[in-house]
Amino acid sequence: MAMEAFTAHTGRAVPLRRSNVDTDQIIPAHWLKKVTRDGFEDGLFEAWRKDPEFVLNRPEREGATVLVAGPDFGTGSSREHAVWALQNYGFKAVISSRFADIFRGNSLKNGLLTVVLDQKTVDALWDVVEADPTAEITVDLEDRQVRAGSITADFELDENARWRLLNGLDDISITLQNEPSIAAYEASRPSHKPSTVRL
Amino acid sequence: MGRTLAEKVWDDHVVRRAEGEPDLLFIDLHLLHEVTSPQAFDGLRKSGRQVRRLDLTIATEDHNTPTLDIDKPIADPVSRVQLETLRKNCAEFGVRLHPLGDVEQGVVHVVGPQLGLTQPGTTVVCGDSHTSTHGAFGALAFGIGTSQVEHVLATQTLPMAPPKTMAITVEGELPADVTAKDLILAIIAKIGTGGGQGYVLEYRGSAIEKLSMEARMTICNMSIEAGARAGMIAPDTTTFDYLQGRAHAPKGEDWDAAVAYWKTLRSDDDAVFDAEVVIDAAGLAPFVTWGTNPGQGAPLSANVPDPASYEDASERFAAEKALEYMGLTAGQPLREIKVDTVFVGSCTNGRIEDLRAAAALMDGRKVADGVRMLIVPGSVRVALQAIEEGLDKVFTAAGAEWRHAGCSMCLGMNPDQLAPGERSASTSNRNFEGRQGKGGRTHLVSPQVAAATAVLGHLAAPVDLSDVPTLVEA
Repeated sequence: MAMEAFTAHTGRAVPLRRSNVDTDQIIPAHWLKKVTRDGFEDGLFEAWRKDPEFVLNRPEREGATVLVAGPDFGTGSSREHAVWALQNYGFKAVISSRFADIFRGNSLKNGLLTVVLDQKTVDALWDVVEADPTAEITVDLEDRQVRAGSITADFELDENARWRLLNGLDDISITLQNEPSIAAYEASRPSHKPSTVRL
Repeated sequence: MGRTLAEKVWDDHVVRRAEGEPDLLFIDLHLLHEVTSPQAFDGLRKSGRQVRRLDLTIATEDHNTPTLDIDKPIADPVSRVQLETLRKNCAEFGVRLHPLGDVEQGVVHVVGPQLGLTQPGTTVVCGDSHTSTHGAFGALAFGIGTSQVEHVLATQTLPMAPPKTMAITVEGELPADVTAKDLILAIIAKIGTGGGQGYVLEYRGSAIEKLSMEARMTICNMSIEAGARAGMIAPDTTTFDYLQGRAHAPKGEDWDAAVAYWKTLRSDDDAVFDAEVVIDAAGLAPFVTWGTNPGQGAPLSANVPDPASYEDASERFAAEKALEYMGLTAGQPLREIKVDTVFVGSCTNGRIEDLRAAAALMDGRKVADGVRMLIVPGSVRVALQAIEEGLDKVFTAAGAEWRHAGCSMCLGMNPDQLAPGERSASTSNRNFEGRQGKGGRTHLVSPQVAAATAVLGHLAAPVDLSDVPTLVEA
């Protein structure tokens, strides 16, 4: 699937002061019965949204597009539905000091930019957007930089992932350019390797 | 310099390596199920692509299948559509499928090994984070998202950056009643839910070498709960003996060639791990979780921790939130926690050895009044074996419910769920808020602790059953 290109985004933010937000919280299992990539917005943080005071329910957070989360965001289940739910709801970027590996991979494949900043900077961003809900955060992939108020923080993202995101490239097409290498590898595989062909 | 087991398997699967790019890794085995594949097949259709290697691809139904009345149409129309979608996709693209009702159906991570498809030195992927299970064979196995499922279907490869490696060395003898589940829960509590992020874990040492294949699968299964995509154990004669004679294991000359290769799959003596953790097996005890992530666990003999005792502010806050959600009080003995439901099953503990261990303790005893106990075999084959051994009768005589194979209450996608506020002792892998049903409260335990808990009605170890005579003795 080709994804939307990401260059830079500026938007208001939702501060989510919780650590270990697992993908079961992001999108509960009963939503996983759907067979599409869209329509998950109402399932996002479904259990927590039952509480009218939950940050996502606050009127001043309506239309926010950057999620600033606690450490270990996206742990647990590999469900890509978690990424789709965040995107369907309107999020363009998620900032945290640490993401679970599978969630991070899924997000970058879909053009949801996950930005790793140290916890001190995340704390500072929380303070800024809690003090002023209209404060905007800019996530700039070209400059690999997050900016909000007086905060300017550089982030790392490997050059290859950045290039794919900036151009919205389809991973599968890129891989298939190496078809001869795949075919050569296949020809060299030993015969004892497993096969699923029915016996 | 020597290489680790993970590095050896990785290197053997690099299709293409280029400066500034992730390695392109060949995938030997791709397992599919109904929940994370429909959007991937859609993607193939939209771009006019085919499945590149049908001979390395296999599907089953597990996450969303009922465990009762499986011969009747599925009641939930949305679930029914999802299963029908998998069947349609497998038929259209030619993928081998073991649907509900088939003798090879079951939890995808139980099915792969029992067919002999999971082999040492292979790369295994599935759109499910517990794919780490297959690492018990010395395979490099990891969970992937749906975009990657589509990528593997189309190309049989994945672009990936090489992971770091962490050695988890467990030396010594596990005490009586301490199982692989207790060991992995203790490891996760020690390194934390993020401790393994970016690493492949290699479990090694004398205590690991003594474990059966099924116990090794329990360990590797929960690597993801420590944040690691994959966990591995070097293959040895235990591995080879398990595989020999299985339907898809190599035969004849292929078997000899395979074993010769498999024997090379050990971390070299001079291999350097990026991180190392050492655990003393003799110091372990039955272990249970008290919180809402798998790292929030403690020995059963301990008390519910006091959040104030945590120095780190975010851990303290997490513990407070967890106790509030779990309805527990700091200082309360874990053994006094009463449960409503006991679940034995899942890709962590739904294999025949797990059912035998639970049945041995239930034999001649009764499930406590007011407690519901669900036994869900990991696969139809496991169920048939259990029936042959009479284990189903042991469970039903004790008052437990004997169900059909599937993921069931591990993730509560099907009707097997906890009611709000209901508390379970569960042999599954995740105690997240709402994981087993909205508002449900989960304590992760071993099959042995599950059985003792079912009999006594509160969290308990087998040793606590010494006061509960079996009917035969009484």
